[in-house]
Amino acid sequence: MSFIRKPRVPYEGQEVNALGRTRADYEGFMSTLCAGCGHDSVTAAITRAFFELSIPPHRAVKISGIGCSSKTTAYFLGQSHGNNTAHGRMPSIATGTQAANAGLHCIGVSGDGDTLSIGLGQFAHAIRRNVNMLYVIENNGVYGLTKGQFSASAALGAKPKKGEANVQMPIDPVKTALALGASFIARSFSGDKAQLVPLIKAGLSHKGFALIDVLSPCVTFNDHEDSTMSYAYAYQNLQPAADADFIDPNREEIVTDYDQGDIIPVTLHDGSKILLKKAEEDYDPRDLGRAFDYVMRHQEQGQIVTGLLYIDETLPDMHEGNKTVGTPLVDLPFEDLCPGSDALASLQERYR
Amino acid sequence: MPAAKNRLNDFVLKIANVNGTGSASANGLLMKSFFRMGIPVVGKNFFPSNIQGMPTWYEIRITKKGYKARSGTVDILVAMNAETYGDDIKEVAPGGYLVYDSTWPRQKTLSRPDITIIGIPLAAMCNEEYSNPRLRILMKNMAYVGAVAALVDIDMAVIRELISQIFASKTDLVPANMKAIELGHDYVKANFTCPLPLRVKAMNKTKGHILIDGNTAAGLGCVYAGATIGAWYPITPSTSLMDAFKAFCTRFRVDRSTGEKRFAIIQAEDELASAGMVLGAGWTGARAFTCTSGPGISLMSELIGLGYYAEIPMVLFDIQRVGPSTGMPTRTQQSDIQICAYASHGDTRHVLLFPADPGECFDHAVAAFDLAERLQTPVFVVSDLDIGMNDWMCKDFKWDDGYRPDRGKVLNDEDLEKVENFYRYLDVDGDGIPYRTLPGSNPKGAYFARGSGHDRYGARTEVGDEYQDVMDRLLIKWQTAADLVPPPVIRRAREKTKLAILSVGSCDGAVREALDNLARRGAMLDYMRVRAFPFNEKVESFLAEHDRIFVVEQNRDGQLKGLITIETEVEKDKLISVLQYDGLPMDSRVIERAIGEALAKEVAA
Ligand SMILES: Cc1ncc(C[n+]2csc(CCOP(=O)(O)OP(=O)(O)O)c2C)c(N)n1
Ligand code: SF4
Ligand SMILES: [Mg+2]
Repeated sequence: MSFIRKPRVPYEGQEVNALGRTRADYEGFMSTLCAGCGHDSVTAAITRAFFELSIPPHRAVKISGIGCSSKTTAYFLGQSHGNNTAHGRMPSIATGTQAANAGLHCIGVSGDGDTLSIGLGQFAHAIRRNVNMLYVIENNGVYGLTKGQFSASAALGAKPKKGEANVQMPIDPVKTALALGASFIARSFSGDKAQLVPLIKAGLSHKGFALIDVLSPCVTFNDHEDSTMSYAYAYQNLQPAADADFIDPNREEIVTDYDQGDIIPVTLHDGSKILLKKAEEDYDPRDLGRAFDYVMRHQEQGQIVTGLLYIDETLPDMHEGNKTVGTPLVDLPFEDLCPGSDALASLQERYR
Repeated sequence: MPAAKNRLNDFVLKIANVNGTGSASANGLLMKSFFRMGIPVVGKNFFPSNIQGMPTWYEIRITKKGYKARSGTVDILVAMNAETYGDDIKEVAPGGYLVYDSTWPRQKTLSRPDITIIGIPLAAMCNEEYSNPRLRILMKNMAYVGAVAALVDIDMAVIRELISQIFASKTDLVPANMKAIELGHDYVKANFTCPLPLRVKAMNKTKGHILIDGNTAAGLGCVYAGATIGAWYPITPSTSLMDAFKAFCTRFRVDRSTGEKRFAIIQAEDELASAGMVLGAGWTGARAFTCTSGPGISLMSELIGLGYYAEIPMVLFDIQRVGPSTGMPTRTQQSDIQICAYASHGDTRHVLLFPADPGECFDHAVAAFDLAERLQTPVFVVSDLDIGMNDWMCKDFKWDDGYRPDRGKVLNDEDLEKVENFYRYLDVDGDGIPYRTLPGSNPKGAYFARGSGHDRYGARTEVGDEYQDVMDRLLIKWQTAADLVPPPVIRRAREKTKLAILSVGSCDGAVREALDNLARRGAMLDYMRVRAFPFNEKVESFLAEHDRIFVVEQNRDGQLKGLITIETEVEKDKLISVLQYDGLPMDSRVIERAIGEALAKEVAA
């Protein structure tokens, strides 16, 4: 077998979560990505978020498309089922998974190529259905796995390491998701774990489609001096809109009384709370118009805003919209599904 | 005009109309009236890919012998569409009848010395009776029902009962409809000698039968099989399958008190997505399906390959229509046989079931889910527009309450406790089918499904031997599949013969009728209808037993013949294609003619 399991060496004083599990319980196989690849940091953040949320690993399900980013579902949650599907098709497969078993925590991992080119249609429609899942884009502006071609998120005029500058307009997943009406939209940076981990936790706890667009530099093809997706560029141009503190009612007592002007509390479906510390006075992530305006205004100044940019906890998710029963469809006994011979006999009277 | 001989319960009635005028219910009413009089019927609807204003025909064959196909002739034509008068009149067999609306003066084109023309002022009568313009159009249809009833002697009590049942929830509509029927009926009685020599008389040959279309039957089969998820993208002629699934689920699977649904139907953004949803749901453990037609199969091919290689159960209904490309969406064909068999890149082969009528659509729907889960692979039910959208007379559907779904080799948490190790792609039993676990189960059962190269333990690999090992095991599974799929149906001639017909799906009725007629002329042929791919031993031995095999199918390229040549040991030159691919349902004369000619040549040679 050509995969390497991470060594699991227990030690005294090891950090455990509410389930008594260690971080190692949330890890997967050893990464095979390039050393320094942003995607590995996202993997670490996802691992940490699941651990801190004390989600039983086997109650999670990981779906991905194709790309370096999509490979990473093998590198976390080794005790969960995973499905590394086809290029750009993660959203539909995640939708089917969620449709069948709404009781699972569903995380989808994708790349900018996977989501914004070949998979743009499925991405849009998963948003439209408000599928209850966390959707992470590991965004590096290039197709890493096919060796560095520009992706649809590359900035106008972005220069590759070799060859000609990009002459096409970028597709910004955040603005796209805002326009499509996603119920949870965030942006972050692979290098900012302090911001990213609470966002992942909030996204997992949100009931509906939660998008986190993570700027995740490709050290091999897009981390050079002129790149707008490099570590250096990110450090210089990222502008946090709001810092999210995620509060899990099972673990932390909620004591603060929040309404202190620059803090916005948002209660999620499962009772957990996000405290948003606003960086700017006029910003409110519950207001779509202002969120759009805020993102645009900073973009014009060359800044990329990060944090939880928009949230709507009231939007019904796919199952609510469908009025599906509470029991996951996979768990319904056959007797509740098959009408039986008597029903068939009387039904057939209609066809005589 | 030659005097027609009395022909009881054996003629064809065809109604020419304009689509969007509500003629479907009138035609259905006629069809059901014959059926309720105990006379076997075949109904074929020829409709345009259009919503309103284009020509449409409905053909009813009244067949006391209970044949299942078109006869190819028309004896009484009700011409309600002035635009097609010219063509319609040509179709009537000598000695036949043409009924038309005589409200307006008859065109010159509307005459032929060898047929009888019957003019009825349908529009004039309805305009006088009804003031509402829409009602005038609808009732004109009912008026021709009455006229036909008088002409061929349909029992009016049967019609009256049907009308009261059709409008059971809108009883106020009964009198208007009955009135229109009587207008037509009484006019004909008063002005013509009734009934015609072509007429019906009650018999007892429809008891224990229903009139149903294949898509409704398949949708019902999905409900009975316990399918909970249907993902689809609308396309003719498959749409009515999902409509039926929805209607039956709404009837049987909605909690009366809460309104909660024990099913989910997702209208996807395209067929790629519907295939993905079905795979996601199947992988997670739900019985999930999609229905589509050729263009959808083309799109789905990418993910069908994922289903094959990652070994995920999925059920696809392909209601074939005329290709290539958009083709003729409202015409029938069997031209997706090969794309379904090999859909997707790389070495892939898929299990196909070929229903021949709605009864088999119901049975095959249930079988498809069992096979998909047992074999952990995509399974296609390859139906067509003729089966899917026309009403067929079928034996009553039966259901065994002891049936439980075959979930195949799924390890639950308890099983997992007992096993030492779980490896997803390991052939433990030697039948090529590995064990699987469902997301959410015991962590011991966690595995990583992938469409990329993997070894028997489920780990990613780029090592040639390890990859090949899995591909070879999939072949063992394929052999297992051959023993699990429904065997062919074989009909032997009265005498031993080396001649045979091989056919598939909706050709069945026409083939059986052709066999009867050929036998009457002394040509003895055995017949095998394949019901599934892979082909099993029974198929092989039938092929081996015969010297000349006519392969009857509805496509240009002889797709079944091709598949048989690739996938069996048969000597290619034993097979002779008999093809019809004009988009119309198969007709026995095509078969009789082709085989008759071939045999005559042989005798001559
Ligand atoms: C249908 C199809 N076309 C093309 C490819 C080749 N391919 C593999 S990964 C990829 C791009 C991945 O880019 P991205 O999603 O940004 O991931 P990254 O590697 O940058 O993380 C492409 C085009 C494929 N796997 N499937
Ligand atoms: S090529 Fe780029 S994206 Fe892919 S692993 Fe290397 S650094 Fe990461
Ligand atoms: Mg990328």
